[in-house]
Amino acid sequence: MKYAGLVWVNLTRNKRRTILTLLSVAAALFLFVSLRSVTTTLDDARQVGSESRMAVRNAISIVFPLPESYRSWLATVPGVRRVTWGNWFHGVYRDRRDFFPSFAVDVDSYFDVYPEMVVPEDQEQAFMRERTAALVGTGLIERFGWRLGQTINMTSLIYSPDRAWPFTIRAVYTPLPGWTDEAFYFHYDYLYEMVDWVQPGWYILELEDPSAAATVAATIDAHYENSRFGTRTETERAFQAGLVSMYGNVGLLINAVGIAVFFAILLVAANAMMMSARERASEVAVLKTLGFSDRLLFGLVLAEAAVITVSGGLLGVLLAKLLFETTGFQLMGLLPGFEVKLRTAALGILIAVVLGLISGLVPAWQAARLPVARTLRRVA
Amino acid sequence: MALLEIRDLSKVYQRDSQAIAVFEDIDLDIDTGEFLVLMGPSGSGKTTLLNLIAGLDEPSSGTITVGGLEVTAMSRRQLAAWRSNHVGFIFQLYNLLPVLTAYQNVELPLLLTHLSKKERREHVMTALEVVGLSDRADHFPRQLSGGQEQRVAIGRAIVSDPSLILADEPTGDLDAKSADEILTLMQRLNREFSKTILLVTHDQRAAERGEAIMHLDKGVLTR
Repeated sequence: MKYAGLVWVNLTRNKRRTILTLLSVAAALFLFVSLRSVTTTLDDARQVGSESRMAVRNAISIVFPLPESYRSWLATVPGVRRVTWGNWFHGVYRDRRDFFPSFAVDVDSYFDVYPEMVVPEDQEQAFMRERTAALVGTGLIERFGWRLGQTINMTSLIYSPDRAWPFTIRAVYTPLPGWTDEAFYFHYDYLYEMVDWVQPGWYILELEDPSAAATVAATIDAHYENSRFGTRTETERAFQAGLVSMYGNVGLLINAVGIAVFFAILLVAANAMMMSARERASEVAVLKTLGFSDRLLFGLVLAEAAVITVSGGLLGVLLAKLLFETTGFQLMGLLPGFEVKLRTAALGILIAVVLGLISGLVPAWQAARLPVARTLRRVA
Repeated sequence: MALLEIRDLSKVYQRDSQAIAVFEDIDLDIDTGEFLVLMGPSGSGKTTLLNLIAGLDEPSSGTITVGGLEVTAMSRRQLAAWRSNHVGFIFQLYNLLPVLTAYQNVELPLLLTHLSKKERREHVMTALEVVGLSDRADHFPRQLSGGQEQRVAIGRAIVSDPSLILADEPTGDLDAKSADEILTLMQRLNREFSKTILLVTHDQRAAERGEAIMHLDKGVLTR
């Protein structure tokens, strides 16, 4: 602790440089933690889904539909208890940036298969009765200030983008933990009425026994193997992962950006430390004359770098955690459940420590190996 | 009894393929409590000799023994520890750390000891009293005159009670009055506190304050 004062005075010697370096580390770590949280949220999204549900989609891609006629046969497959289906609507309310997931579903069967959404009885009945009715999550109600009975106009980026689609909000669901509160559901019949060529985007099967999933998948995919609309049957989690992968290889992109940020800030921090150490070469020589050992000086310079990067790291991580938690940030509904996890925050701090050690290594080594006599001669 | 013994000491610099000898095979003894002045023209190797004695540079050959310990046989780590206990160094340009107060500058060598904060404070205040600057303990170097800065540097050199004080042109950057005060202080350190002092200077008036004068010129050391 007796050397802490020395570290402190050296850090405050050029306050502007120290603060700017600290802030640049904080900004980098804020960015890193934010990007990392996007990937962890996407990873979590892949885990959403029940093990007792399976999804049947077009074997070529999820963007191609399946015939309506498949429904009746799927219901006869041994091990399948219920069948329902849905379509991706890609609705837009007011502005494309106000994104939220919207689905046309078979309302008679869909909610029996999805108990994760809790809807008051009277609202459910009102929703079922009206073809243009919509069921929305509590998050959307809060976000847009909607109320029950309100009619809203939406457009679809898939179905007749120029047409306005009026919906009346008849029911609001409260999600069980792990389910999004920002989804929008409406009658598949309404979509079919407006777009007569529409077909189901996917089928969801509720299994009698989750352990039969492999057999059920093999039976279905084999049955349609030579059909014009081949199928791919997978667990809901795998299906969810497929949906998430429609974002593209976001994880790879984000990790690449994260690594680039790390190296950029490493250069900034290392440069600042090198400048600071170079300016003090004569002082290091004097300290050596007084008896400060190479190892001690190495440690002091390294400690300076670590204090800057760890302080910056803590600031950046804390800022990200507080900002996203207080604002309930969900990237316009694209990332429901977005949060900075503790392990992400810990990783950020660890990176800040590593950053400090690496950026301080060269100046610390130079300070330790500084030739005293030659340095003092230069000063004199 | 000799505190410092130098035997057959040579220092040769290698510049490209050319070997430049600063001095060769010099011998020197300094007794405990002696105040020896080393004179010589610029470039004669006076500072090099001081650096070698303090273990800040390596000789080409020869041995240096201080208080029975062979400095030239020590590792860098041993040298650092030895310097902190046995050598006080005074520079021409004071070399105080500008971000530290006079008190903190004087305290620096004591950070390497096991003394408590309270003990360190007692030692620092004693050193500052000896150099007459106890009332300037909280002043930064920029708030002090050149003579005062050098006195702080002397306080720093004596605070750990070293047996040997090496002073490299300590009055070279001072006006006559301040230089006189510094030399008087050094004489006092030698007489009252029995410090062994090796003072390097090319100022005849400064040299007269010592007990003995040696000359280093063209690699030869003479009394």
